[in-house]
Amino acid sequence: MTRQMTGAKMVVQALIDQGVEVVFGYPGGAVLPIYDEIFQQNHIKHVLVRHEQGAVHAAEGYARSTGKPGVALVTSGPGATNAVTGLTDALMDSIPLVVLTGQVPTFMIGSDAFQEADTVGITRPCTKHNWLVKDTDKLAPTLHEAFHIATSGRPGPVLIDIPKDIQFANGTYADKAKRRSHYSPQVKGDIETIQELARAMETAKRPIFYTGGGVINSGPGASQLLRELVEATGFPITSTLMGLGCYPASGDKWLGMLGMHGTYEANLAMHDCDLMINVGARFDDRITGRVDAFSPKSKKAHIDIDASSINKVIRVDMPILGDVAHVLEDLLKVWKANGRKTDKDGLSKWWKKIEGWRAEDCLGFEQTGPVIRPQHAISRLEALTKDHDRYITTEVGQHQMWAAQYMGFEAPNRWMTSGGLGTMGYGVPASIGVQMAHPDALVINVAGEASWMMNMQEMGTAMQYRLPVKQFILNNERLGMVRQWQELLHGERYSSSWSEALPDFVKLAEAFGAKGIKVDDAADLDEAIAEMIAYDGPVILDCLVEKHENCFPMIPSGKGHNEMLLANAKTQGAITATGAVLV
Amino acid sequence: MAALKIKKGATSHSAYDLRSHFSDVIERHTLAVIVENEPGVLARVIGLFSGRGYNIESLTVAEIDHEGHRSRITIVTSGTPQVIVQIKAQLGRIVPVHEVHDLTVEGASVERELALLKVRGQGDHRVEALRLADIFRASVVDSTLESFVFEITGTPEKIDAFADLMRPLGLQEVARTGVAALARGEVAHG
Repeated sequence: MTRQMTGAKMVVQALIDQGVEVVFGYPGGAVLPIYDEIFQQNHIKHVLVRHEQGAVHAAEGYARSTGKPGVALVTSGPGATNAVTGLTDALMDSIPLVVLTGQVPTFMIGSDAFQEADTVGITRPCTKHNWLVKDTDKLAPTLHEAFHIATSGRPGPVLIDIPKDIQFANGTYADKAKRRSHYSPQVKGDIETIQELARAMETAKRPIFYTGGGVINSGPGASQLLRELVEATGFPITSTLMGLGCYPASGDKWLGMLGMHGTYEANLAMHDCDLMINVGARFDDRITGRVDAFSPKSKKAHIDIDASSINKVIRVDMPILGDVAHVLEDLLKVWKANGRKTDKDGLSKWWKKIEGWRAEDCLGFEQTGPVIRPQHAISRLEALTKDHDRYITTEVGQHQMWAAQYMGFEAPNRWMTSGGLGTMGYGVPASIGVQMAHPDALVINVAGEASWMMNMQEMGTAMQYRLPVKQFILNNERLGMVRQWQELLHGERYSSSWSEALPDFVKLAEAFGAKGIKVDDAADLDEAIAEMIAYDGPVILDCLVEKHENCFPMIPSGKGHNEMLLANAKTQGAITATGAVLV
Repeated sequence: MAALKIKKGATSHSAYDLRSHFSDVIERHTLAVIVENEPGVLARVIGLFSGRGYNIESLTVAEIDHEGHRSRITIVTSGTPQVIVQIKAQLGRIVPVHEVHDLTVEGASVERELALLKVRGQGDHRVEALRLADIFRASVVDSTLESFVFEITGTPEKIDAFADLMRPLGLQEVARTGVAALARGEVAHG
């Protein structure tokens, strides 16, 4: 069926037809016709953010916690340029987003008009694909194609730039079903390589699953298949920051996160394994450490839907191009059909070795005295919230790594963090997006005070839409990760890495109309967390923690996995000297 | 820091491993990329090369099928074997890219480039330029009493050789189209 309508109405109609429920956005001159249409309908809810970067991160939070594409709507010029960080973040972490930007009218493009920017030019390298629509008849097919591209293959952000005259003009609306796209990435893996991998699994003496965000992007079915495969084979499993939750943290095959701040057992198992099965991860530099020292003794299989991820950083022996769920299904089938064989003897020796590394208790710490150690704060937050219907977002820095280390994720889509781009300011808006999607869940943004202030204006959004997001701030009055690197690697010269003139977070919360809680004594921590959970509304919990704590374990950049620093390394001695420098 | 034993001036404390870890033999490849003829598609391809630090030795583009909205981009690039594989994979994931063919590895191919050269001179130089043009099968497409414009078609190497010979004879200006290439035999792309 085709219908005549304005471009602005087409936008809203296409969003409805695509099943969109929420749009995060900020109006402006070049998108007013679309806002007018949003005003005149009740299918789609619009969330007014306080900054366009927030709109995109909120859409990311929504997308990651639901598996559905997130949608953002911003105006031309500064609206579009403010969205760039969010777009890049979504591209790096493969998050499906459809971002709509207004543009000056077609006849003014190129004239340096008010609030004109070359949006498709600026966002070309930070989107999976983008379009400038200059014909109203092409608007609806482009909108439908945008959703298809954002969600197919390796997901990612797409952007449609819509000039104002196109929004006003009448055109023919084409239904979703009319879409014709040549874009259809391969989802089934090559069966011969899958068979080769199944045979390798039968004889491996020291195998490991190295999983990543691709498992989560492939949908809940992929996590289910992965769990089945891990249980059936008895192989150990580790995951990147992006993949936490695809295998339950309570599972006995779980080694914890790997990488720069991963566990001792996960990293040493990666280093010593003889068969590495990479499922939807991309050998990021935070994972591999020194590339020529990376897992030197192993045969490597790599399951990825993006051909450009394969052999980009690490040469692999068994590349399998395809969707994780599809490939795992075939792999399970083949391995079962061949008699469910594993090298039991080799595996039991392997597990003994792993148990030895586990005994190192690399995340162990002691909380003594009143000063709250950040590890303790996260551990208590974990203990007091793990039985809730809980979603965690984070900012970027030490607190993010501690959250990854000390919190346990039992299911996918429960952990929203900026991995690839490492965007400080991600967590507050992301928590808003998550809470919009899950109004009754407990949504907590684990933050550092410095990151948190980067997008703190979004507390206004939380208040306006009654989103009871909990902001759990580990306040060390420092840019903690920067400080840590300066201590360890730059001769303790703390160049611009402390936060002076911090606001009173309790008063700040109250100024927004939220609840503020401050805690600075370990004895009061549990009570403060309980109070935060119990309050029906947004909360800022200002948790003052030890100022000079470093995040360990740590693989220094340029080092191999077997050269990890543990918490009790000599670096600890430097912390005493630190005080003198800072005070 | 003593604990890390980082040598002065070392880059190992960078956030990135800056060393190359793959074979460092540089190869030259000619790629034929069939794309949807839509606005910005050339910018996507060029942006990929500049953004990821790949080389472009030559790039040509033109529409080849008006009804089917197809253009063909011929790229001559160079890099290690791993980089060449990456370039092809990265090109392949650009949404409006339909096909990527590596003519250098997919069997024999022919490569041609067209160039126009303006040569200015008098007397013996002028005669010699004309004689050499004849040897290279270059044709004269414009002439004054003191100048010629030659048109020459051939491989980039042949054009280089011709230009080198023209330089002492008064070469003023060169315009080159870049390489167009097709697989030999019956195989057809696009």
